[in-house]
Amino acid sequence: MFGNLSDRLVETFKGLRAKGKLSAADIDATLREIRKALLDADVALEVVKTFIAAVRERALGDEVSKALNPAQQVVQIVQEELIVILGGEARRIQFAKNPPTVIMLAGLQGSGKTTLAGKLAKWLKDQGQTPLLVACDLQRPNAVNQLQVIGERVGVPVFAPEVGNGKGNPVSVAKDSIKHAKQKQYSVVIVDTAGRLGVDEELMKQANDIRKATDPDEVLFVIDSMIGQDAVNVAKAFEDGVGITGVVLTKLDGDARGGAALSVAQVTGKPILFSSTGEGMDAFEPFYPDRMASRILDMGDILTLIEQAQKSFDEQEALVMAEKMAKDAFTLEDFLDQMQQLRKMGSLKSMLSMMPGAGKLKGQLDNIDEKEIDHTEAIIRAMTPKERRDPKILNGSRRLRIAKGSGMTVTDVNSVVNRFEQAAKMMKVMAKGGNPGIPGMPQGMGAMPRPQVKKDKGKKKAKSGNPAKRAAEISGIEPPKQGNSGSAFGLGG
Amino acid sequence: MAGLKFWRKKDQAADQAVAVEPEVIESKEVLETQIPVADVITPQELVKVELPKRNLSKGFKAVFSRIKFDVENLEELEDVLIQADFGVTASETIVSEVKAMAKKSGAKTESELKGILTELLTQKLSRTDASLNLDSGTQPYVILVVGVNGAGKTTTIGKLANYLVEGGAKVTLGAADTFRAAAVEQLETWASRSGSEIVKPVSEGQDPAAVAYETVERAIANGSDVLIIDTAGRLQNKQGLMDELGKIRRVIEKQLPISEVLLVLDSTTGQNAMTQAKAFTEVASVTGIALTKLDGSAKGGIVYAIQDQLNIPVKLVGVGEGINDFGFFDAKEFAIGLVGEN
Repeated sequence: MFGNLSDRLVETFKGLRAKGKLSAADIDATLREIRKALLDADVALEVVKTFIAAVRERALGDEVSKALNPAQQVVQIVQEELIVILGGEARRIQFAKNPPTVIMLAGLQGSGKTTLAGKLAKWLKDQGQTPLLVACDLQRPNAVNQLQVIGERVGVPVFAPEVGNGKGNPVSVAKDSIKHAKQKQYSVVIVDTAGRLGVDEELMKQANDIRKATDPDEVLFVIDSMIGQDAVNVAKAFEDGVGITGVVLTKLDGDARGGAALSVAQVTGKPILFSSTGEGMDAFEPFYPDRMASRILDMGDILTLIEQAQKSFDEQEALVMAEKMAKDAFTLEDFLDQMQQLRKMGSLKSMLSMMPGAGKLKGQLDNIDEKEIDHTEAIIRAMTPKERRDPKILNGSRRLRIAKGSGMTVTDVNSVVNRFEQAAKMMKVMAKGGNPGIPGMPQGMGAMPRPQVKKDKGKKKAKSGNPAKRAAEISGIEPPKQGNSGSAFGLGG
Repeated sequence: MAGLKFWRKKDQAADQAVAVEPEVIESKEVLETQIPVADVITPQELVKVELPKRNLSKGFKAVFSRIKFDVENLEELEDVLIQADFGVTASETIVSEVKAMAKKSGAKTESELKGILTELLTQKLSRTDASLNLDSGTQPYVILVVGVNGAGKTTTIGKLANYLVEGGAKVTLGAADTFRAAAVEQLETWASRSGSEIVKPVSEGQDPAAVAYETVERAIANGSDVLIIDTAGRLQNKQGLMDELGKIRRVIEKQLPISEVLLVLDSTTGQNAMTQAKAFTEVASVTGIALTKLDGSAKGGIVYAIQDQLNIPVKLVGVGEGINDFGFFDAKEFAIGLVGEN
């Protein structure tokens, strides 16, 4: 399988380090990799072409040749350009001056319209609106029924005069629903429509008729984030056939890279308003262009991660820690401290999922047992202060006592001690090699206990002894070859 | 690759026609006291039912019609393949093979090149194992249907059930999608449209494995030829849900071997379809793919790479919402559909 973009760029940049400057040919080689990454992420070909041309132009300019790390600069440009296309800031729903605000949903079959209708209704209700769901999908068997069940779940009334299953006229249902909403003073009307193909002219006309009948304030185009090259055709068809005001990207909790977001945004010029991220009725959030850009490139949400790390990891403490490590005075007590620092940053899983290259890890992320950290903590807490400072004194009987005291087994105790020793050794090497240079991201994090992921191999190699390479690893640009770009935390993939 | 080869027990239809209530109960008792495995019937006792082939009668517009081929400039061909979701790697391989074949045969004209491409795709996509595995003789045949959310599982089941019933098979459906709102009702509608029996969960959110188990039990008891189990859509990176699928599979296999695990893939899906195929194969040993929504503008080119890399045949294609809108996958038709007639 393909490595992620970071891995491939490392390959491309291999010969460039000594040069420090990128030639036009170097840039083209880089762009070829980026082109492939975008295509693998299902960005439409025509969009990729325009995009690469734009990046190339900028990359050949001054900003790259003068940059300290030109390769990194190219990636930076790519990321920036992606964010520009995806829309700088998430737009909000446009509410009508005179209620009800009408929101119409349209999209292909199976894109997730009905589920989204429920989420949107709940979200609006939580904001103090009084939404009404309208069942205009009279095509798919029991779509009406599905909307009714969902409406009940989120506590929002459903306007469903027709049973559906191929019977009834969706246009008149839509029309009546507006009357009904006005009468009963609902503030928002959400019109769920049947899934339709872009090439189905008859059904597209029907969608347009629903639009005319309801005069919606928003027509949201609902699109599955797993969609491939066809995204452009579909988006064009809906834009031309119905006219859309915004886009909602669904099933983003999957592992698709979601290049379609880029295609749709580029082709329609319409903003992506929301992303839908699960089957629960709360799994719904505003769209973040920067995160999406990283996801498409499979570069991880490194910026967010650094931000969080900066917030919660006290720099003073970090310095003290770094000194300790250099002096080989790192103890189990510090180990425990660090773990608590990490806890402040949020759950291990959510943190890991932001790491570059986490695409590969994702399957395993769900397997991570957060309890492992609790267990490690329990074991260290069951030690005496003396033992924590000097783990060398831990003989068999002490280990047995600790195991009993923490409710774990001696094997568990052994593994914690072993891991600690490895981590301490690694950090010593690292600390002597100099600080990787990201404030608030001290090397000490390498001491994190390893979560129970299936594959453990390659962990020891996770830290490079070369300071320059390591700095790059941590900044997420050039991870080691194993794709272990999450290794800033010593977590082998 | 004709229609569906389908072996069923001799005279069973006649037996069923005269079957009276007590007999059914009796057979149920017998099954309960014995190890609940259906009789393995020797081929002589089976009659072959040849179901008619279904063509991709509508939809499926050629994508190649709008470009011009040139032996010197085959990059455009690569672009078209990429746009049909073949993926970068497969597209590059196909183009280089077309180049080599063109060089060998001295083909130059557009029509010659198209011929080469059609032939190449047909040859690569053709398989001997593309029909449904319904001829082992161990009845009822179990078809487990899996896939991500919104791929078209329930609709595919409805169409397939109808087709089998039309061919004279007795079909029982199992509504093991106990998660999505109204999924059971949706399957029920298809059951009544197709004239199949349905086993529903006794309560909302019941363990889908339990429903699957009951479906098998019922299908054995009512003398079904085929039973099809619908499952909830699940994204392949949700470990818990994938484990659940593994459990459903194991529970079914306690009573009957599974003849077919159909992975339903939406043809609009891009490169993620490969990840889906891998993940579902890992937990549920997928034996075939049903490619849906081919009546749209998407081409589903990713199945080329899936067949090639994972060795899973495409068996069915869906081309619409109507009960007859599906067909058996035919490599040549697919290739011509992509490249266009000469």
